Amino acid sequence: MLAFIVRRISLTVPTLIALCFLTFMAIRLVPGDPIEVRRGERGISPERLEFFRHELGLDQPVWKQFLDYVWSLMHGDFGISIISQDSVLHEFLTLFPATVELSLFATLFAVLLGVPAGILAAVKRGSVWDHGIMGVALFGYSMPVFWWGLLLVLFCSVQLDLTPVSGRIDLLFYFEPVTGFMTIDSLLSGQDGAFSSAISHLILPAIVLGTIPLAAIARMTRSSMLEVLEEDYVRTARAKGLPPWRVIGLHALRNALIPVVTTIGLQGGTMLAGAVLTETIFAWPGIGKWLIEAIFRRDYPALQGGVLLISTLLVIVNMSVDILNAAINPRIRHGR
Amino acid sequence: MAVESTAAEALTPPNPLRLLWADFSTNRGAVLGLALISLVLLLAAGADVISSHDPMEQFRAHVLQSPVWAGGTWEFPLGTDDVGRDMASRIVHGARYSLFIGFSVVVVSLAVGVCLGLAAAFMGGIVDTMISRLMDLIMSVPSLVLAIVVIAVIGPSLTNTIVAVTVVYMPRYVRIVRATAQAEMSKDYVTASRAAGVGPFRLAFVTVLPNCMAPLIVQAALGISDAILEAAALGFLGLGAQPPTPEWGAMLSSAREFIQRAPHVVTLPGVAILITVVSINLMGDGLRDALDPKLKRS
Repeated sequence: MLAFIVRRISLTVPTLIALCFLTFMAIRLVPGDPIEVRRGERGISPERLEFFRHELGLDQPVWKQFLDYVWSLMHGDFGISIISQDSVLHEFLTLFPATVELSLFATLFAVLLGVPAGILAAVKRGSVWDHGIMGVALFGYSMPVFWWGLLLVLFCSVQLDLTPVSGRIDLLFYFEPVTGFMTIDSLLSGQDGAFSSAISHLILPAIVLGTIPLAAIARMTRSSMLEVLEEDYVRTARAKGLPPWRVIGLHALRNALIPVVTTIGLQGGTMLAGAVLTETIFAWPGIGKWLIEAIFRRDYPALQGGVLLISTLLVIVNMSVDILNAAINPRIRHGR
Repeated sequence: MAVESTAAEALTPPNPLRLLWADFSTNRGAVLGLALISLVLLLAAGADVISSHDPMEQFRAHVLQSPVWAGGTWEFPLGTDDVGRDMASRIVHGARYSLFIGFSVVVVSLAVGVCLGLAAAFMGGIVDTMISRLMDLIMSVPSLVLAIVVIAVIGPSLTNTIVAVTVVYMPRYVRIVRATAQAEMSKDYVTASRAAGVGPFRLAFVTVLPNCMAPLIVQAALGISDAILEAAALGFLGLGAQPPTPEWGAMLSSAREFIQRAPHVVTLPGVAILITVVSINLMGDGLRDALDPKLKRS
C-alpha cells in the first residue's frame, strides 16, 4: 500500500511542474505586455522602464524567470492581483469556501437523488420507472447549465417568487466570516432568519450545479447495480430467503457503490467547470465568478494564480480518490 | 439454382454497415435521436431558404414581440429579440454555427488524436511518456477553465472557440487510440504483418487503426454534443462567438436581461441547444450499444 501511495504521488510531481510551466508560458503569451500596461498612455523614462523590467525580473533569462516563479510558488507567493493589489493566494482563499460550500450542497443534492433513482431504475429494470429515470438522466446529462440556471430563476424567482435571484445572503444580515461557509456562519451569528436566508440563496445554485453530476451518478448507480445483482452472492442471499430490501440495500448496494463513489470523487473537475457558469448566473462570490471577472479586467496574475491553484487542487483530489480506491480494493494496488 | 444462390448468400459475410444498422435500429431512442439530428442538419443546411428574414435584420417596430402562441403574429413565428430580429431565423441559423463547431472540433481532435495516440502506442519510450504526460496535464485542468485560458491567450472569436474546445477535448481521443492500439499490438495478426515486412506507417494506419475504430466512433459521436455545449457555454460567457452572430450561447447571453419582459428570448435558444444535444447523445448511446457491446450500459 505504501509503495502504491509513493508511486501515485511521484506520478503527480511531473504534472504539477508542467502545470507551473503551462501557467508561466500562458501569461507570457497573453496579449498586453506588463511593461506596456504600466507605461500607460503618456510613456515613462528609459530609467523607469529599466527599473520596472528589473523589478518584474524580465531582464533575466527565461529559465531563470521560470525557476524564480517556481521558487516563489513554493513560498506561497502566487502573485499580486492587478485590480485589488491583494495577494492572489489571499483572494483565492477568501473566495474558495463559497465555491466549496456550493459544490458540497450540489454534491449532496446529486447523491441524495441520484443514488436512489439509480437503484430504483436497476431493480425495476425495463419498467416505466427505469425508462422514466433514464430519460430524465439523459436530459440532465445534456443540459446546458447556464440555460438551466436562467430557467430556474425565471420560474422559481421571477414567477413564483420563492427564492432570491443572486448572492449568498440577504443584505439585511452582516457578520464577519468565521469559517467562510455562509450556512455555518449564519448560525454562529445568532441572527434571526440569517440561516434560512443563506439556505434559500443556496438552493437554486446547488440544484443547477448538481444536475449534471446527478445524471452521471444515477446512470452509474444503475449500471453498477445491474452488474452486482447478477452476482452469485446476491443469488445466495435471495436463496437464503432474505427479504428483498435486505438483499438490495445491504448485499448488493454496498458492492455497487464502489464505482459510484469513484464517480462522485472524480466529479471535482465537472463541478469546478460548472461552478464558473453557475456562479456567473447567480452572482455567487466564488472562484468561478472571480476567474471570469479576472479575464474581463485583464487581471492576468489573478487568472494565472487561480488556474494553477484550481488545477493543483484537482490533481490532489484525483490522486486521493485513486489512493482511497486502492485502499478499498486491493486488486487496484496490485494490478499494475 | 435457388438453393445455390442462398448457399452463396449464407457464405458471404454480411455487410458490416447493415449489421450495424440492424443493431442500431433495435434501439428506438437511438433512431429517434438520429431522426432529430437529421432534422436539425436539414434546418441548418436550408437555413437561408427556410427563414423568412435575415437573421441580422432589425425590425425596430417589432422589438421583443411574443411568439405566435403567446399573442404574436405569423410574420415572426418565434417572436423577435431585443432589437427586433426574427428569433426563428436566428435559431435556424444558429444551428449552423453549433453544428459547424461540433463537427470541426471532433474532426480536428480525431485527426490529431489518432496521430498522437498511434505515435504514443507505436514509438513507446520517451515519445509515449511525453504525449501521455501532456494529455494528463490537459486533463488536470477543468475543461471550461482551460478553454477560458486558451481564449484569454488567443482572444474570443468563433474560430478560436473551435481551437479552445479542441484543445480541451483532444486528450480523450489520444487516450482511446493509445489504449486500444496497445491492446491490438499484442495480437497475432499484428505480429504476422510485422513478420511479413509491413512498414511502421502501414502497420499503424492500415493494419491496427481500423480495429480501434469502434470506441473512437462512439467517443466522436458523443464528443459532438460535448463540443456544442462547451462552445455555447463560452458564447454565453462572452468568450465565444461575438454578438451579433446568431450563435445560441451568445444569443442567450445578450437575452439575459430581458428574461422578465420576454421570457421567449431566453427559453428558445436553450431549447434548441437541449434538443440538439439530447438527440446527439441518444444517437451516441445507440451507436455505443451497437458498436461496442463491452461498453453496453445494461
